[in-house]
Amino acid sequence: MAEVNEIVPLPHVPVGDAVEVAVDWVGDVADPVFDAFSTGVSAFIDAFVTLLLLPPPLVLVALLALLGGLIRSARFGAGSLVALVLVVSMELWVEFVETLAFIIGATLVAAVIAVPLGILAARSARASALFKPVLDLMQTMPPFVYLIPAVAFFSIGTVPGFVTTVVFALPPGVRLTELGIRQVDAEVVEAGTAFGGTPRQILRGIQLPLALPTIMAGINQVIMLALSMAVIAGLIGGGGLGSVVVRAISSLDLALGFEAGLSVVVLAIYLDRLTAALGSGTPRLRLERARSLLNRGSTSTEGGDTGSETASEEQRGSEQRNSRRPALR
Amino acid sequence: MAAVSARGLYKVFGPRPEEAVRRLQQGEPVADVRADGATPAVVDVDLEVQPGEISVVMGLSGSGKSTLIRMLNGLLEPTAGTVHVGDVELTGLDEDGLRRLRQERLSMVFQHFALLPHRTVLDNAAYALEIRGVERAERRRRGAEALEMVGLGDRAGNRPSELSGGMQQRVGLARALASGTDVMLMDEAFSALDPLIRREMQDQLVELQRSLGRTVVFITHDLNEAMRIGDRVAVMREGRVVQSGTPTEILRAPADDYIASFLADVDRSRVFTAEDVMAPPRPVDGELHRMPRAGLRTPLADLLQPAATGGGSVAVTDDAGEVVGVVTAASMLSALGGLPGSVEGTSADISKEAVRG
Repeated sequence: MAEVNEIVPLPHVPVGDAVEVAVDWVGDVADPVFDAFSTGVSAFIDAFVTLLLLPPPLVLVALLALLGGLIRSARFGAGSLVALVLVVSMELWVEFVETLAFIIGATLVAAVIAVPLGILAARSARASALFKPVLDLMQTMPPFVYLIPAVAFFSIGTVPGFVTTVVFALPPGVRLTELGIRQVDAEVVEAGTAFGGTPRQILRGIQLPLALPTIMAGINQVIMLALSMAVIAGLIGGGGLGSVVVRAISSLDLALGFEAGLSVVVLAIYLDRLTAALGSGTPRLRLERARSLLNRGSTSTEGGDTGSETASEEQRGSEQRNSRRPALR
Repeated sequence: MAAVSARGLYKVFGPRPEEAVRRLQQGEPVADVRADGATPAVVDVDLEVQPGEISVVMGLSGSGKSTLIRMLNGLLEPTAGTVHVGDVELTGLDEDGLRRLRQERLSMVFQHFALLPHRTVLDNAAYALEIRGVERAERRRRGAEALEMVGLGDRAGNRPSELSGGMQQRVGLARALASGTDVMLMDEAFSALDPLIRREMQDQLVELQRSLGRTVVFITHDLNEAMRIGDRVAVMREGRVVQSGTPTEILRAPADDYIASFLADVDRSRVFTAEDVMAPPRPVDGELHRMPRAGLRTPLADLLQPAATGGGSVAVTDDAGEVVGVVTAASMLSALGGLPGSVEGTSADISKEAVRG
């Protein structure tokens, strides 16, 4: 750098210094706000972790596997069971649960911020143009750099890692929400307007439901990014599997590092497959199928998994609901 | 009073639309305005749709017909001119008033159906009522009623994707019927359907319109379709209405060569009726009582077989069963085979005068 400046006489523009001054200033001015926020976030995560650790590990493992089985498939449920039991046997369960709670919390916060921003961007070309470079910056800035101001604001611990994770994981949530809403068939939206729908009715009744698969794909990406950031957050005392990884690096403990890494992989695959199934609409079909089974009073449970069977069962279910309606009225 | 009317309607896309309208109003040709960057889509259109009639706007793509229909319910704002729905001036309404007008007076059927894929057929049919805040039981009852009308009563629980294209458009039609508005706007509603299904839907629309008395504004690029279902037809070209009138009027006297060139494809036997081609009965005609009978509004196509088996002529009766005219083989052939416009001045016109006088 200095050498280049000796050849081409350019003054050093103090971009970095300016940012540092700004960050310091924000840190000074908003210190009470950050403190309150910090207390809130760590209380939330601690409570969540405590709750998840309340049942014996194997009970929670069974519950998670059951959830996977219901939402995705029986095979996925069985696979999750094996993988999660492995995590317990590697004695990384507490760290696993800490990271899980951390990811769920960060994803919730990121989604609550990202989806409304995405809706705004879909409606206003100006907002979209404004968000784009900011999102690019958030997503491509090396994640380690975020850690510096985060520590400056919140000192070390869970909270700076949490905030960093939310910032880093946010962009795909905004982008895919915008994309999903923009992709909704213009004629269907026009139909909503033509029948006199308010923008809110059109958003809730047409745009959001039709954009849901894309929005869920965005949330899925948010989770994956949050997971990668959660490990990096171990560097600043973020706790969970990240801190195990950091410990393994500093002591060059390959066995520990591999076990922690494997646990991260298990968590990643579990959350990815689960949210992917949520986005594809399978749970609703499953719910309706379950309802139709209940309606018939049948005791058979898991049927075949073919689309046509699902559709016909759903149809039969709704027919039954229809035939019952006059009686109810 | 007209159910829907438009006065001096203009829509210009592109930069400085008002200036473009002013130039068009001063008589500059569309091509000149277009050369300066603006795109006039609808130019000085007047339209009157009477209550209870099917009014068809026919034009090729780019003729401005879709833009026109979207100005009739305010999906597009006219650059100049006014639109009235009944006694309400749509062009003067604010957002709220416009929404209320759409909810209560105007419904629309779309080319690609525009159904909600995540809802059942019944919920789709009841969608307009849901928007209006009609309570659940009531809107489902009326949705089911509308589905019954279009022959889909047994498909209420299906998703739209489980239905064929024709059935999906019936759901679109049911949605418009269930809304209970007196005006229905139909934008190329049957253009995406197979020819056979399309004809079925046309017949069904005419039937429904007769029994329910709705006012229909129907957009199409198919002149045959326009002639089949329209009480009145307006032909658009480059944003202007170049001719409007009843199908028979247009068939008899196309305003220019452009329209005449379309007429070659029209099934004239479905447009002309017995009334259009009959001659007055001669009192001395002793064979009158032996001829096959047909009503005044029977299409020419349905006269051919009786005429062929009944000695060449058909007696035409009015609603009271009185014989008011005779259709001869010669008059039918001249109506069917004549070059566009050649029917004019044949016995048909004279006979009408005679009957009415």
